[in-house]
Amino acid sequence: MDFADAIQILDSALRLATPLLLACLAGLFSERAGIFDIGLEGKLLASAFFSAAAAFATGSAWIGLAAGIGASCVLALVHGVASITFRGNQLISGVAINFLASGMTVVIGEAWFALGGRTPQLEGPARFGSVDLPFAAALADVPVLGPIYAEILSGHSILVYLALGTVPLTWWILFRTRFGLRLRAVGENPAAVDTAGVSVVGLRYAAVMIAGVLCGIGGVYLATALSAGFVKEMSAGRGFIALAALIFAKWRPWYALGACFLFGLLEALGNRYQNIDIAGFDVPTQFMQALPYILTVVILAGFVGKAIPPRAGGEPYVKER
Amino acid sequence: MNDALPTWVDVILVPLINLLLALVLSGVVVALIGKDPFEALYILVNGSVGSAYGWGYTLFYATNFIFTGLGVAVAFHARLFNIGGEGQAALGGLGVALVLLNLPLPHWSVAILAATVGAALFGAAWAAIPAYLQAKRGSHIVITTIMFNFIASALMVFLLSRVLLVPGAGGSPETARFADAVHLPNAYDVLPWLGFSRSTPLNVSFFLAIAACVFVWALIWKSRLGYEIRAFGHSEQAAKYAGTSPTKIIMIAMLISGGLIGLMATNSVMGEAERLVIDPVQGAGFVGIAVALMGRSHPVGVFLAALLFGALYQGGGELTFEMNGMTREIILVIQALVILFTGALDNMVRAPLEAAFLSRRRRPAAPGPTSPKGADNDPVTGTQS
Repeated sequence: MDFADAIQILDSALRLATPLLLACLAGLFSERAGIFDIGLEGKLLASAFFSAAAAFATGSAWIGLAAGIGASCVLALVHGVASITFRGNQLISGVAINFLASGMTVVIGEAWFALGGRTPQLEGPARFGSVDLPFAAALADVPVLGPIYAEILSGHSILVYLALGTVPLTWWILFRTRFGLRLRAVGENPAAVDTAGVSVVGLRYAAVMIAGVLCGIGGVYLATALSAGFVKEMSAGRGFIALAALIFAKWRPWYALGACFLFGLLEALGNRYQNIDIAGFDVPTQFMQALPYILTVVILAGFVGKAIPPRAGGEPYVKER
Repeated sequence: MNDALPTWVDVILVPLINLLLALVLSGVVVALIGKDPFEALYILVNGSVGSAYGWGYTLFYATNFIFTGLGVAVAFHARLFNIGGEGQAALGGLGVALVLLNLPLPHWSVAILAATVGAALFGAAWAAIPAYLQAKRGSHIVITTIMFNFIASALMVFLLSRVLLVPGAGGSPETARFADAVHLPNAYDVLPWLGFSRSTPLNVSFFLAIAACVFVWALIWKSRLGYEIRAFGHSEQAAKYAGTSPTKIIMIAMLISGGLIGLMATNSVMGEAERLVIDPVQGAGFVGIAVALMGRSHPVGVFLAALLFGALYQGGGELTFEMNGMTREIILVIQALVILFTGALDNMVRAPLEAAFLSRRRRPAAPGPTSPKGADNDPVTGTQS
């Protein structure tokens, strides 16, 4: 692997990490507020489909973005109603949302486009094209740093930069604002928040809906930037990898960036090399694909630093009478 | 159990209302995409139970779902949510394939016993690691079993494409065909006068599924171990106080759960495909969740819910053929809504019914101690330390 290869792989890793990062931050908001979200996968998928359908119909990627976020938010609202208002089981609600998305996208897609669950190919302004960062062309010739800036960082879709910007924003909201403090408190000890006269229900709905918006952007990125249209089951387990990254990152925004980039890198390496030869061992590509999940299990097992979830996670809050 | 509702409402009316809600909403979806929901329903019912051909497939799918539903149900009784059915069933398939390809078994009756052992052992083994991590390290079993589904799928692709591949199979990743001697009699061989076609997938492992229902019933309600599992599920603290070891119950419940789910392979791998192919599970592990929820984790309920989902899966296949622009994925929508209504929105249906029944009985409205965990079939793992 030479320098040019490395640049290409890192560039592709950043692309592949973006949907993971958005879904991971979505999960972070939700779980920090005490609502488990295993429906990230379904929200990504629903958003991908509706953004591709809307972008195809209108020819505008931005309308696609709105439609994708809308679809994801509808599912987030279902999750909120089930797990906050009716105090149902959050895990089961998430499972249901995943199936709902994978069924609905194909049923509606087939009825609208009759392409076996795909949407037609998106072209031109119906996709998010690449954005060149300032001076990328001028700096490209600078040794080492030039290619890193021009090839890896520059030339992605606007959504990639939006995702990267969401990381510090999430950190700032969660750890530097009153809303963030309350949101984290509601995930640790909702009774205390309630006692302070702040609405537990309101905060949790806010968190779930923020998760809906972020997951929505992730899905839009999948269908209108990473690919050119929707294909059946295109989220391909990314929602679950994002969940894995969230645990790997111990529910922290900057760590989430690292974890998502690592998992994106694994995917990029797996895409490029069918077999990887490490010290004489032939590592099959399937092992690379499974590595994020294996790492997550190892982290969860607490052998490499303990991942402690928000304490009130998964528990519906019942006001004392 | 719930005091406010009579038993028949709890076990029959509430699941039926939930099912009805799911069907009505799916009908709305069908109508919104411009199709006739009643025509779809007719094709669904006619395609699944309207002919011997349909029944052959309906009961074949139901056999799979009985195994996975029972597995999920046993874990529910210990308040464990086993989402890992996909992986456990796939590994069960591996167990069946290894047994049937490597042992010279003379007759199907011997072979099904050997395959049962192989399937159960491999399914249980795949559940063992998440169970151990939950019991000893407090790792959330829902997350670990999800991760193990993906690890299993990668493992199976690796094994089938690199290790178990037959030379000259045209490169498609599957094992060699099992010997003719271990071919399970299908419904045509056993009951030819009922009109099943020669190639019907329904086979004798259906009886194994019924035996599994009886086994689970006896285990959960008639054995000491079952009592301990239920006690642990109701209150971990109380079970501990009574001298039950949480580690033991988590391990045993998950091993039985994984073993039962693995048994599905006797039907799908040994009975139908007669070789191990990529993804022998086809989502049946997930259907088990819907089946267990709808069947209220009782073997009789699981059996009935599995029949229902078997019919849905077969009828859904027919929909794709019979109705232009309609796909079988509508079944996933129905399945999702059943899970949503029975599992997560249970209180939405239950609360008004409870209010209605309470006022009818003119009992003073004394609300019982409300469980902070929601409905009583709610399997949230309270075991996270």
